[in-house]
Amino acid sequence: MQNNIYIYILVMAVVTYLIRMLPLAIWRKEITSPFVKSFLFYVPYACLAAMTFPAILSATMSVISGAVGFVVALYLAYKERSLLTVALIACAAVFVVERVMVFFG
Amino acid sequence: MKYESYKRGVVAGIPIALGYFAVSFTFGMAAVTGGLSIGQAVLISLTNLTSAGQFAGLNIILAGGSYWEIAMTQLIINLRYCLMSFSLSQKLVKEGSPIHRFVVAFGVTDEIFGVSASQEGRVSPYYNYGAMSVAIPGWTIGTLAGAVLGNILPDFVTSALGVAIYGMFLAIIIPPAKTNKAVLKVVIGAMLVSSLFAIVPVLNKVSGGFVIIITTLLVAGLAAYFCPIEEKEEKHAE
Repeated sequence: MQNNIYIYILVMAVVTYLIRMLPLAIWRKEITSPFVKSFLFYVPYACLAAMTFPAILSATMSVISGAVGFVVALYLAYKERSLLTVALIACAAVFVVERVMVFFG
Repeated sequence: MKYESYKRGVVAGIPIALGYFAVSFTFGMAAVTGGLSIGQAVLISLTNLTSAGQFAGLNIILAGGSYWEIAMTQLIINLRYCLMSFSLSQKLVKEGSPIHRFVVAFGVTDEIFGVSASQEGRVSPYYNYGAMSVAIPGWTIGTLAGAVLGNILPDFVTSALGVAIYGMFLAIIIPPAKTNKAVLKVVIGAMLVSSLFAIVPVLNKVSGGFVIIITTLLVAGLAAYFCPIEEKEEKHAE
């Protein structure tokens, strides 16, 4: 890390705050463009999906346990369980798979 | 009246704070395991108050990415707050000092926005302050706890907790994808595109932050062009 960590933090904080603040405090006009509205509507889904996969496969000690965590989370999310339930049971699934894998060396 | 609003905000904020604690615990753990100090991890949470943005930002910091990359990544990932702030600007009470809007803005998160948007009629800024006054400590203290315990917990525990944030992301994006075909296509499309960046030679040299930016702009842009939303679906997003 040759860059300064505090500058990173400052940049993150300022950008994030401006995104939240500008529309609320200054720009009070409504967005009318259907393209811009649709784009903003789809951004969180595209962004969170891109962050999740394939990154989840390398988030744990092995690709196998990561994949199991992914499938379990996918299933529970599909069943519309709460954020916390999905997260914790996915963790538990990874934990169990990694314990089992120890037996197979 | 102010106090009433504040109190209702606190009540709504308690379950949010508990969820935040769990997720920010894994953030603190990941930050310290990656080489940040406990104070730096806590400072990030206190000043940013955003899950996806912080996790992506942490990866860029640890990879030694440029300031430009981290700024662009935060802009794209947190662009959704822009939409929420727009919506909230129509929803907040008209009277009162404009200073309130600058303070309320700091606490625009998926969850706090969610509870304040679901209020009947206009919302008092004190309602948001109530929710923020428990949610922000939940997020910050969770980070502190994770950062302190991150080095003490055995590897197999930290490994398992590593998927928590992704589980949370899936819990956000999958339910709407069941009923909205365009959202489903966006989710699958974004996962495919980001996988291409991981596998294909040359493309796999692109750093993590830019992969998220390119994938998001490309997939959300195509979806907005080919499947523009109708007013009804936009309500759903709130």
